[in-house]
Amino acid sequence: MPIDKDTVSKVSNLARIKIDNNQLEKISKELEAVMGWIDSLSEVETSGIEPVANVTGQKLPLREDKVTDGGYSDKILNNAPEKEGGFFVVPKVIE
Amino acid sequence: MSEIVSKTILQIKEGLKKRDYSALEVTDAFISASESNKKLNFYNTFTKEKAIEMAKTSQSRIDSGEDKILDGIPIAIKDLFCTEGTLTTASSKILGNFIPNYESTVTQNLWDAGAIMLGKVGCDEFAMGSSNETSFFGEVINPWSKVINKNLSPGGSSGGSAAVVSAGAALAATGTDTGGSIRQPAAFCGVTGIKPTYGRCSRWGIIAFASSLDQAGPITKTVNDSALMLNVMSGFDPKDSTSANKNTPDFLKACGNFNLKNLKVGIPKEYQISGMSSEIINLWETGHGWLKDRGADIIEVSLPHTKYALPTYYVIAPAEASSNLARYDGVKYGYRNSQNHLDDLYANTRADGFGNEVKRRILIGTYVLSAGYYDAYYRKAQRVRNLIIQDFNKVFKDVDVILTPTTPSAAFEVGSQQDPISMYMNDVFTVPASLAGLPAMSVPSGLSTNGLPLGLQIIGKQFDEENVLKVASNIEDQAKFPFLN
Amino acid sequence: MEKFLIHGEKDDYQIVVGLEVHAQVNSQSKLFSGSSTNFGSKPNENVSLVDAAMPGMLPVINEFCIKQAIKSGLGLNAKINKFSVFDRKNYFYADLPQGYQISQYSDPIVGEGTVEINFPDGATKKIGIERIHLEQDAGKSLHDQHPSKSYIDLNRSGVALMEIVSKPDISSPEEAGAYIKKIRSILRYLGTCDGNMEQGSLRCDVNVSVKKDGDPLGIRCEIKNLNSVRFVMQAITTEAHRQVEEIENGNEIIQETRLFDAVKSETRPMRSKENAHDYRYFPDPDLIPLVLTDEYINDIKKSLPSLPDQIRKNLVDNYGVSEYDASVISEEKEISDYFFLASKGRDGKLVSNWLTTELFGSLNKNNLKIEDSPISPEHLGELVDFISDGTISGRIAKDVFAEMFETKKNPSNVIDEKGLKQISSSDDLIPMIERVISNNLDKVDEYKNGKEQLFGFFVGQVMKESSGKANPKLVNQLLKEKLN
Ligand SMILES: [Mg+2]
Ligand SMILES: [Zn+2]
Repeated sequence: MPIDKDTVSKVSNLARIKIDNNQLEKISKELEAVMGWIDSLSEVETSGIEPVANVTGQKLPLREDKVTDGGYSDKILNNAPEKEGGFFVVPKVIE
Repeated sequence: MSEIVSKTILQIKEGLKKRDYSALEVTDAFISASESNKKLNFYNTFTKEKAIEMAKTSQSRIDSGEDKILDGIPIAIKDLFCTEGTLTTASSKILGNFIPNYESTVTQNLWDAGAIMLGKVGCDEFAMGSSNETSFFGEVINPWSKVINKNLSPGGSSGGSAAVVSAGAALAATGTDTGGSIRQPAAFCGVTGIKPTYGRCSRWGIIAFASSLDQAGPITKTVNDSALMLNVMSGFDPKDSTSANKNTPDFLKACGNFNLKNLKVGIPKEYQISGMSSEIINLWETGHGWLKDRGADIIEVSLPHTKYALPTYYVIAPAEASSNLARYDGVKYGYRNSQNHLDDLYANTRADGFGNEVKRRILIGTYVLSAGYYDAYYRKAQRVRNLIIQDFNKVFKDVDVILTPTTPSAAFEVGSQQDPISMYMNDVFTVPASLAGLPAMSVPSGLSTNGLPLGLQIIGKQFDEENVLKVASNIEDQAKFPFLN
Repeated sequence: MEKFLIHGEKDDYQIVVGLEVHAQVNSQSKLFSGSSTNFGSKPNENVSLVDAAMPGMLPVINEFCIKQAIKSGLGLNAKINKFSVFDRKNYFYADLPQGYQISQYSDPIVGEGTVEINFPDGATKKIGIERIHLEQDAGKSLHDQHPSKSYIDLNRSGVALMEIVSKPDISSPEEAGAYIKKIRSILRYLGTCDGNMEQGSLRCDVNVSVKKDGDPLGIRCEIKNLNSVRFVMQAITTEAHRQVEEIENGNEIIQETRLFDAVKSETRPMRSKENAHDYRYFPDPDLIPLVLTDEYINDIKKSLPSLPDQIRKNLVDNYGVSEYDASVISEEKEISDYFFLASKGRDGKLVSNWLTTELFGSLNKNNLKIEDSPISPEHLGELVDFISDGTISGRIAKDVFAEMFETKKNPSNVIDEKGLKQISSSDDLIPMIERVISNNLDKVDEYKNGKEQLFGFFVGQVMKESSGKANPKLVNQLLKEKLN
């Protein structure tokens, strides 16, 4: 499956990873090579085969509704690149 | 004193008990070994002071007769396990300044058992890589490099963990394995490593790569030591919804039984890949022979979807990773590239903060989940994953364990593998067991023609680490592997 | 019911509306972490390591939230799915710390259902429910604290929401309003959501499109985050008019997410949602599918309380309450609870009259909720008893009621203290009637000569003589005897 530069820039935008224009060509070739190799999966007959997302064979564990956590905003903000008055701070977002 | 570093955990435990040396002396010996191997670049963060402090606490417990199972045992921690108050970076620039205020369950289990932390060893960035070369802090060097006088990769992603044990600079190390990241570096560095059944060790506090595959495990010199470490690392954790609510058997008891009568060992014919070197094929055959000598039945089996395991893995793991790594956005912690607009902040932070391989996988993962491609790639891979699981289920009706080589080759030179796909091929034998969540172990079993370590892999049934360990200790016993230290 | 239409310059247009109601589950702790859901705490105080998406943190689901979602599904006559999956919805936003929201996509916990909405004239309409799924709330961004920065508070991050998605069955702003009120009412009866729209416990996204009669569905726009019934109705009207105008100006409607500005009374595109989204939903690998048994669901079914529709029917059929009063009383659990206590062993019709006129009037005037009523249901019931057995007249009862509302006293104390007991014995009334007759002999003559309308005058005089306490029925009867 060919992966053109537009696709790469669409994907990089979805992933929020900036790619310089002069890199798009190179990266599209790299991704194309990997995806080409992955395309061998299309040979496999999978009709009627259920998709598997996890292998635990367990039941989803359930938690009791109790407050057992939180109450340490200083710990939460400890590593923040920018904070003020107990808030994380980011450039202004315009809705 | 220097002979301390060539001992195993069990031997050191014995020595501590007999007061041949103190926990502090043991720790000092490993600290010196680490310091004298600086050029191998084991550590992202070396926690010497902390180790000395922990050693003193251990010794006081030993003195009062209240010693715990790993008291006095210095170990290294892969820099993917969050450690309270100690830098935890995943070998990435984006977490280059991150100090967690919490401790991963697995490391907490180890400290609770008395183990001593030497530091945080390097790995591939976010565990994505098979050579350690994707680390932002530079690759760890394989201690076996001195055999051929060239810088060899320790493998990856747990390359630092395998290298530090191999060099006799730690008695054990924690690793994580998503597609072979414990087993391949263990094989490259001539040490033992086990990836237990998915769910055996809690994932809580381990920086996630691919959640449905990630599993912690120990890297040690010997099979016994791996079993002992695994005893401590395992256990149900209510904080991890995928943690197995099962009792941990005493894995040590499974080791050292040299009678394999009635044990059936499967040899999967699909693992004879084209281009595999004769030394690997010979080693594998030698392996059958050893097990046969101990009374095991050797049976040829078929895992027909083996060749699709790698492409399946390279859809599923990047897909999960693309989502797991979305949290590294420069807002809450870690590196930030400051910008006037939030979307620019994200895009620049992540462009600068992640290395090329991580970015490549995030892009692949984003692509295979995106509208129009989900069914063709992600959903398809999930179905093939099911077929791979079914292959194993079928084979495990007839055999108890499966024996394969761990890797298709011995350690390669740093910088020698530039192409991503040939790099991915390193995990060709380890990935299938990962996709099926099965326990699998690499044991150092011999040397290549130029004197580098080679490993054999034993794959077991779900939650049957015991047979894996049993077979591994038989191979170990017969291989008489010449450890570096 | 008359069809709601938007009259454009050229044509008439129908509107088609689907609603997504986000109802906060009334749990103590969050959907996937043990931190508190308390409202109004200091910023980032109710945040766990999981909610802040610290590296290596993992979700563990709150069983109470699962049960509440099932309960809500049962209350909306919906199918409970025994197999459901938690998916990740991936997008970047400052108040979404994980970079994804854990939600449910292809396998929600609750499937199709229906809800009946009620109109003031007693008409009803069935609205289809598409699904209900559980999901995490995001944090909160504050944009007005700093000229060039936004501030992020993660206290809401991870709070459990039930997203209730309707079918596009709603065709007027009034129906949308009635639908939200009904959903809110049912959830409050079930006790699964407190329905507090001001605090954001119930928020709506509205999908609006317009079309000419007989045309296929138009392109829809989604208006996000409306937190009052009034805003929902206004937003629908505003957006529908905008769309009609666009169409009549020859423009195409673009499918997009919009914001409603109540001050300017307009909708406008949301800038933060400008990048067309591709959420890349996939099953959260940190979680396992949720598998429910029939037994588990049936146990919850058994615990369901009576719901507004049943209560309304009960009020009409068994208590003689009018349709209109019944829908008012049944809307709020607190009101119907009050009603059932007040009407125990009494005439329900009379109680409902006093409840919906006098009590509601006084509560409204004093800005009180029924839970805070100074008159307890028991006291209101007793007051009705005193009217029924003739102890006081309906008119005196209003004075007693006012005094009860003011002082919280019980009615018999008020009646005793003020001597308001109705005079219902002929022996006491006859002297008063005789006094009135002897004082007004001229009027008696006029009456006897045919001026029958004077009868009311005599009744009034007697009532006055008795300070209003005379039993009016008896006064009538005795006066007739005396005068004829
Ligand atoms: Mg919505
Ligand atoms: Zn939602």
